[in-house]
Amino acid sequence: MSPLQPRFVRLAETDRPTVPIVVDGATVEALEGDSLLVAVLTRAGHLRHSEFGPEARAGFCLMAACQDCWMWTHDGDRLRACDTPVRAGLSVLTQPPDMPWPNRA
Amino acid sequence: MAEPRVIIVGAGPAGVRAAETLVAAGLRPTVVDEGRRDGGQIYRRQPEGFARSSAELYGTEAARAEALHATFDDLRPKIDYRPGHLAWNVADGHLHVVHDGSAEALPFDALIVASGATDRLMPVKGWQHAGVYSLGAAQIALKSQGCAIGRRVVFLGTGPLMQLVAAQYRKAGAQVVALLDTSRLWNQIRALPKLVSRPDVLAKGVGLAASHLLAGTMVRRGVTPVEIFGDADGGVSGVSVRLASGRDLRLACDAVALGYHLRPETQLADLARCDFAFDAATRQFWPVIDEDGRSSVPGIYLAGDGVRTQGADGAEIAGKLAALAVLTDRGRSAPTEQISRLRQQRRAMERFRAGIAEAFPWPHHLAAGLADDTVVCRCEGITAGELRSVVHDKGADEMNRAKALSRVGMGRCQGRYCGHAAAEVVAAATQLSPAVVGRLRGQAPVKPLAIRTRRAAP
Repeated sequence: MSPLQPRFVRLAETDRPTVPIVVDGATVEALEGDSLLVAVLTRAGHLRHSEFGPEARAGFCLMAACQDCWMWTHDGDRLRACDTPVRAGLSVLTQPPDMPWPNRA
Repeated sequence: MAEPRVIIVGAGPAGVRAAETLVAAGLRPTVVDEGRRDGGQIYRRQPEGFARSSAELYGTEAARAEALHATFDDLRPKIDYRPGHLAWNVADGHLHVVHDGSAEALPFDALIVASGATDRLMPVKGWQHAGVYSLGAAQIALKSQGCAIGRRVVFLGTGPLMQLVAAQYRKAGAQVVALLDTSRLWNQIRALPKLVSRPDVLAKGVGLAASHLLAGTMVRRGVTPVEIFGDADGGVSGVSVRLASGRDLRLACDAVALGYHLRPETQLADLARCDFAFDAATRQFWPVIDEDGRSSVPGIYLAGDGVRTQGADGAEIAGKLAALAVLTDRGRSAPTEQISRLRQQRRAMERFRAGIAEAFPWPHHLAAGLADDTVVCRCEGITAGELRSVVHDKGADEMNRAKALSRVGMGRCQGRYCGHAAAEVVAAATQLSPAVVGRLRGQAPVKPLAIRTRRAAP
């Protein structure tokens, strides 16, 4: 699967108003009621990269327990994508902004 | 005497029934829940504006889900409901919560912890790839967001949740490639004497298993997981297992739902200094409770899947019992008939729970066979080999020491998803029982907090 290929597939509840959000500077049409995780993964293959390994990550538990779905705001705040609802204008990054982190790989 | 201050953590089946029982006795409990809406995970309510019916969302449990939601809607004006609040510590008679970046310590006379469960995981090589999700996650994606976790989904693991979620996926139109189950049919057959304690639930389970066969879905029992294939950028591309026959099976897929039944979220009980004991049948440590949910610490009560995996119906009973225990302990007269009826129902739930544990056993033997390069800690990418090396080279034969030296269990999930398997890896490496290796101690905060979390304005 290419990183640009959507990971999640919408099977129901597709008749909802759209909400524009911004991911890495690009506008993405989410649906009202989407979690940030779903909004991103119905458009892309991952949410972030692991700080400790080479691989892209796309969340794991979806119930706010594993913390694998952290994304960043431009201020450097973390958002847990699985329990963050989208709102118009929400702008997130898949990489931390200008904060070098030692990568183990 | 002033009205006792009672806090309930969790607004799932146990928490809601506990709140209902306390309100009926004239109390106004505080209900702290991390979720934005009530229902917990099992009866999770979909966001506003979603249109699916209860029958679509909850299947055979629709009536129970609706009843629980209706009860909670009625309770709302009669309780201090705190949605979106993370309970992150218990100390000195206070529950510490954080909401929207601001922290508060709530004093209590009695605390009912109904914190629910998370998936119990055994690592498999490649499980760190994007597109591998817990079984619970696969269900939440569908139930709460109307999505499948991928186009072609393999279910790998064991337990009733795997049977259920695979059926829900198929019904919703997802492509279920296969159910690869580590348990064997004879595990289920041998558990029948216990499982008949809830004949209706047993019948539903048999129906689910049959539905996979009728639909022509590939089901393999007695498998040994070998590897989840994939690459760093693109994520999952396939799964391989060794079949019971000894033959290898490799399947292409772009998502894996992985899980081995559930484990209780016991961190708050631990921080409250409750005693724990090892359960040999499921090979995990549980808080010690009496038949009503009293812990070893006065004033701390434990209910629902956060202490014993009895499922939603069991949780409703446990929530009521815990609340009645609070009332009794605070000097209210005990409704003895109701308590004895609930205890009797709970014994059936407990017998069924033990049956499920036998029917879908935790495959602890897989830990010894994990290749050294298998990631055990997904958070920080720490391998089975690195964990074994602190056992062999540094004598770390106790779980918290192994954690300190290897960092397995120290990452952002705080050992929720690696802790049980890591204990099995250490147990296998030392030839000790996991009862001796011990368990990861709960640490505050039970989930990461932002450095700039501030004290709430009084």
